[in-house]
Amino acid sequence: MSDGLSSRRGFLASSAVLAGTALAGCSGGTASSSDTVTLGILEDRSGNFALVGDPKHKASLLAIEEINADGGIMGNQIEVFDPDPQSDNQRYQELTRRAINQQQVDAMWAGYSSATREAIRPIIDREDQLYFYTTQYEGGVCDHNVFAVGPTARQQLGSVLPYLVEEYGPRIYTIAADYNFGQLSADWVKVLADENDAEVINEEFIPLSNSQFGSTINRIQEADPDFVMSMLVGANHTSFYEQKASAGLDVPIGTSTAMAQGYEHLRLDPPAMENIYAGVNYMEEIPTERNTREGGFVDRYFEKFPDAPYLNEEAENNYFSIYMYKQAVEQAGTFEQEAVKEALESGISFGAPEAPGDEEISLVPETHHVDHHMWVMRADGEHNVEAVDNRVIPETFLKDTVGCDLTQEDEETQYTPQDFYEEAG
Amino acid sequence: MANGLNLLFQFLDSFAFIVLAAAGLAIIFGIMGVINLAHGEFIMLGAYATTLANIQFGLPLPAAMLAGVAVTVAFGFVVERTIVSGWLPNAISQRAIGRNVIEPLYDRLADSMVATWGLSLIMVQGVRITLGNSLDQIGTPLGNIAYGGFSYSLYRVSLAGVALAVLLGTYALFRYTTYGMRARATIQDEDTARAMGVDTERTYVTTFAIGSGLAGLTGALYAPTITMVPGLGSSFLVEAFVAVVVGGPSVVLGTTLAGGLLGAINATVSNLFGTFFGRIALLVTAIVMIRFLPDGITGFTERLRDRLQEGA
Repeated sequence: MSDGLSSRRGFLASSAVLAGTALAGCSGGTASSSDTVTLGILEDRSGNFALVGDPKHKASLLAIEEINADGGIMGNQIEVFDPDPQSDNQRYQELTRRAINQQQVDAMWAGYSSATREAIRPIIDREDQLYFYTTQYEGGVCDHNVFAVGPTARQQLGSVLPYLVEEYGPRIYTIAADYNFGQLSADWVKVLADENDAEVINEEFIPLSNSQFGSTINRIQEADPDFVMSMLVGANHTSFYEQKASAGLDVPIGTSTAMAQGYEHLRLDPPAMENIYAGVNYMEEIPTERNTREGGFVDRYFEKFPDAPYLNEEAENNYFSIYMYKQAVEQAGTFEQEAVKEALESGISFGAPEAPGDEEISLVPETHHVDHHMWVMRADGEHNVEAVDNRVIPETFLKDTVGCDLTQEDEETQYTPQDFYEEAG
Repeated sequence: MANGLNLLFQFLDSFAFIVLAAAGLAIIFGIMGVINLAHGEFIMLGAYATTLANIQFGLPLPAAMLAGVAVTVAFGFVVERTIVSGWLPNAISQRAIGRNVIEPLYDRLADSMVATWGLSLIMVQGVRITLGNSLDQIGTPLGNIAYGGFSYSLYRVSLAGVALAVLLGTYALFRYTTYGMRARATIQDEDTARAMGVDTERTYVTTFAIGSGLAGLTGALYAPTITMVPGLGSSFLVEAFVAVVVGGPSVVLGTTLAGGLLGAINATVSNLFGTFFGRIALLVTAIVMIRFLPDGITGFTERLRDRLQEGA
């Protein structure tokens, strides 16, 4: 994969680095020059995932600017390596190699979709690169090098599904995107339905290229569920909400994907998103002191990026995890990656914007996941969003069900619910 | 009974989508021999212009849709003069270096694909840079029809009527107008047509502008029902190309038959087995047609007619 261009560029870059650190090229990503630290931020600013990836990039820059203004990490200013991967997994692989081998990044944040994560994880693992994956995802990644700090399907669906069963009844209809995230999320709906004495009466998987939902809407009406669980993904699938509203389908919908990431409640004409409940750890509207106060997270973000359209769920995850990284480096007293991983496994916690009052969210040492403060957010007929429920939901699947313990044993596995639950099969 | 109505509405919905997605592409391909891979982006342009006219400039929806069509027609005209025919670059190069630099793309299938694909990339990224990753969306007008526990969007069903009107209008245009006669003469034998005094170049420009306008109309009509992102055109491409392949060389009849056949297959299979299998059925139909009727439905009927005439 390494072509003439990148190796030429690499030569220039590494000869610059060589001046500071001898033989940097051989040391596998652990070295860095003495007075800067380099963070790799690979987030999509064009292509399919630009809408959701752009806020991740912006919020990362915000965190880095704040830390630099405050004296950097242990007196080192942070430098950023942030080319645009263009929502292209091949480009991600190429840029990941370049970040590790040529830019010698000390830590990496990269990728929106699970497909991207799985495309670069083999490279990450081969190089033992410290890597933060921040998107809300299906869960189950137990990997020595990966800190999956976004909420998992069990946390997101586990916040909204029990609320909707309580509120509307036990008959659930699932619609989900037809790839690993959607399939596994649908399995989680079944597991959670079982745990909450509800049942999934039907499920439909929609190809990502589909943007016409006439028959899907009719099938939902035919089944007449108490509520729908929607794990639709991407721009094509967003058309579902407008189409179901214009078809007059008014069943409540729970989701782990809509509103908090692609701000559909601001982009679509009301009342398309009426009665949609999102189970999320963060969206711009959550009513915490840290988030909404004067000079709070929202204010600082829009002050730096006045033209930004929205501050989304993953943006907050990038933001707080960069602060967690800073904390871990300071605790370890070095940028050496294995030492930083060990520090991250010592029980780091941080006052993230998602947590109300003085509460802090904590990184679980054994699983590299975060016990998030989860919110159920409902949109009304005018698309105003309000919090109807919130609580801390620990990530229990890896910790209790699987028994993943990365402090004891280094693994590089992704576990799925089918392996552990009969009803998910 | 309710499911029969479901099926009918799903068919009308699907028929409208396929016919409208394919119409502009079919005209440009059928008459000029140009495969416009930027077809989806022409649709996007119509949708964006409509949305901006409605939300930013406050035009009522029907006027905004007309604005969307007008913008796409104008854009199609410019693209034809600069990229497809190379008239503008050639006029400049004639003055500067005394010769043409661009050979027109008419009937150069592979070359026209590469050129228009490049154009589509420029359009998507250009829109992303100037207008951002998404636009606010217009709500769908007209409400819904409810029937025994079910309901369907009235707007989407009425699009079937628009699709039919587009087909009839196109038929009338080619059958009864002077332009139509010249266009048909140009397809049949360009050299003879020119010898008889048909300005084929003008026919090509008009055709490309009309085809672009139809793509713009599709974008305008679907703007209130789909998400406004720069890449939205790609969601029309599968249906558009499958319809052109299945329909064959005759523009109006081919598109009508393809819309009917594919709409029926897509609606029935989606209704019975879900969206996923509906899409599979669409693609399987395309594969089967390419294998057994490589000239599409109308190519097959033409051959059949020729053979019958020979036999008589």
